[in-house]
Amino acid sequence: MKSTRKAYGEFLVNLGRENENVVVFDADLAKATCTENFKNEFPERHFDLGIAEQDMVGTACGVALSQKTVFASSFAMFLCGRAYEQVRNTAAYSNVNINLCATHTGLAVGEDGPTHQCIEDIALMNVIPNMKVFCPCDDMSTNKILKFCINEKGPKYIRLGRNDLPFIYDETYEFKVGGSNTFGDGCGGTVFAIGSTVNIALEAKEELSKKGVNIRVVDLYSIKPIDKDTIIECAKKTDKLISIEDHSVIGGIGSIISNVLCESYPKRLIKLGVQDKFGKSGDIKHLYEMYGITKENIIKEFI
Amino acid sequence: MDLNVDESGNRIDKFVLSKGHAAPAYYSILSSKGYIPHEDLNTLRKYDSYLEGHPSNKIKGVDVSSGSLGQGISVAGGMAIAKKLDNKKGFVYCLLGDGEIQEGQFYEALMTINKYNLSNMIIIIDKNGLQIDGKTQEIKPCENLKLKIASFGLNVEEVDGHNIYELITSIKSAQNANVPTCIIANTIKGKGISFMENQVSWHGKAMSEEEYIKAMEELK
Repeated sequence: MKSTRKAYGEFLVNLGRENENVVVFDADLAKATCTENFKNEFPERHFDLGIAEQDMVGTACGVALSQKTVFASSFAMFLCGRAYEQVRNTAAYSNVNINLCATHTGLAVGEDGPTHQCIEDIALMNVIPNMKVFCPCDDMSTNKILKFCINEKGPKYIRLGRNDLPFIYDETYEFKVGGSNTFGDGCGGTVFAIGSTVNIALEAKEELSKKGVNIRVVDLYSIKPIDKDTIIECAKKTDKLISIEDHSVIGGIGSIISNVLCESYPKRLIKLGVQDKFGKSGDIKHLYEMYGITKENIIKEFI
Repeated sequence: MDLNVDESGNRIDKFVLSKGHAAPAYYSILSSKGYIPHEDLNTLRKYDSYLEGHPSNKIKGVDVSSGSLGQGISVAGGMAIAKKLDNKKGFVYCLLGDGEIQEGQFYEALMTINKYNLSNMIIIIDKNGLQIDGKTQEIKPCENLKLKIASFGLNVEEVDGHNIYELITSIKSAQNANVPTCIIANTIKGKGISFMENQVSWHGKAMSEEEYIKAMEELK
């Protein structure tokens, strides 16, 4: 088990060793975002700008505009929320080559509660032109996504998480912009998932297969651009469609999939996720139960 | 400013127009330096023009899009950090309005500029005392600006913004300072045109043909 933020921290250190051009920004959360590893090894290339996310995004853009490979991190709430306009007008409008890596996304922030649980970051980033949005679900996919981002032009938002997640992929995992990864070929239904919900969906798939129901799970790691072809193919080939995410169902992957279906192949989609509510303090297991982000809720739809 | 480019194709000196609403003046200067064809200037703000109402980095010579106030100083700070990391020569200039320093980001940036001692950065505040809704002193009073900025650890100089020699002298001394410098340039909006001077209504308005002739007459 490893959190995607930890995978991110390790990735940065390895990258820093082979590439002197890498510069990392943080806003007083280096321990939590795991950029601290990089800070310890390369203090001269790590800039902690304190509790000032707006300045951090702007300053990071200034460095990125000077041909550096830049990663900037904070909790999603502050990177997307507090610094939203800096991300939009400075990073995205100028099409700056910058990697905005937000940790502590969704309810999975846990005990800190609603003020720190960003359940709208996908919605906020998805509407910004030039922006690409990616969400890894384990250690390997975090590495592959970040590796891709180094050479990809323009602003990128990478959605990372606080909690440990199981290892899902091995070396054979391939990241593709606008791609996705499908587990299984069952025709009983499709569960679309991202990040922390991929494993939940895979567990549901496993249990359902024991009950004779064969479904497929799609990891929509590239949220923008989204894999329209796979969504449409699943709508055509499988009976029931479900999306599950640790994010508001308004503007999250459920909404994005709905848009694709609505334009190309109208079909009902059941959206599991945060139903237009704020989060609350608690441990992740109980929070996911409270908000219906569970394998039981997926299974219920098929039995 | 040193407009030459270094071996990696970057201009040696950088400029960020944080007060992006001064785009018409900026575009005119870019045109006089050969970045924008002169005949394009008349297309400003038109639907089929690339000369946006606020600077866009799609325009040759513009390093970063700007105009949403308070943001430019951080970007300029980042450019100065990158120069220091690579031991590159040159300066980063950032021009702000005195209204936009009401944005909190300005003070966040001052702390960053001080922390990393960005002595290769020269901030100029065009202090004309007016903003869209009225006088800055009435909208959000900010007394002792010089002291305030100096308290963040910057070298602060105050000059008559209409006196080109004072400006040049202060910029030269800023280039030789070993700490970042902020130049407060006291100016009068609409200076030299009787019906415009210090009139807030002229903050973002174009002249009629008649007013233009009168203004040009007065400026002779």
